[in-house]
Amino acid sequence: MKFTIVVYAAPYSSEAAHSALQFTAALLKAGHEVYRLFFFGDGVHNANRFTVTAQDEENLPLSWHRLILDNNLDAVVCVSSSLKRGLVDASEAKRHDFDAGTLFDSSEIAGLGQLVDATTNSDRVVNFG
Amino acid sequence: MTHKKSITFVSRSAPYGTHNAQLCLDMALACAVFEQEVNYVFLDDGVYQLKREQRADAIKRKTLGNALETLSLYGIENIMVDGASMQSRALQVADLVLPVTLVDRADISALLQASDVVFNL
Repeated sequence: MKFTIVVYAAPYSSEAAHSALQFTAALLKAGHEVYRLFFFGDGVHNANRFTVTAQDEENLPLSWHRLILDNNLDAVVCVSSSLKRGLVDASEAKRHDFDAGTLFDSSEIAGLGQLVDATTNSDRVVNFG
Repeated sequence: MTHKKSITFVSRSAPYGTHNAQLCLDMALACAVFEQEVNYVFLDDGVYQLKREQRADAIKRKTLGNALETLSLYGIENIMVDGASMQSRALQVADLVLPVTLVDRADISALLQASDVVFNL
């Protein structure tokens, strides 16, 4: 089955973002297809590459990054949610004269049209947050 | 966009305590722009979004009270407001920005059953 996962939850504020990560990994393990990951609202913090955690704690954005790369997933952060939360890619960083991009390059900045596209092309849409 | 789907948004958060109400509205409008069949349900604290005379400029936010008007502007006509949520918050239809028809939980349940996708926040 084709799934789209929508994440509204920031990492570490609630369990939702971690549940979303585990659910996505479980889907892939069970042989399902993930059409798209869509990070929306506070969920965009899951793509922050400047996240630093204690050694005995999972770095959730890094886990997402690896899951996305290992499985060649399509991951999108909502443009309006991410810019106002300081999540910028290299080109946005340049445009706004910041020293560096904060977004993992495994996620792409795009608009809500990508969520509509994912909704219409997936068998299931599962929300976390 | 390959398929047209019936997409239902259940907006159940108060307008300003979190950004959920705005996120829910943004998603619904995007779906409407891309010509999906969109249904909108105001449930639980979500009914507060419809309260008249909101002045969100006082907290430097956009007033969400005219969400209903925005919805119909985008062609979203199937709007449901949960009567029980209104009643338990002592709200009357006259307190809302527009006259709406209240529905009961069975109506909402039937809508959810008939929907291809449900967003709930």
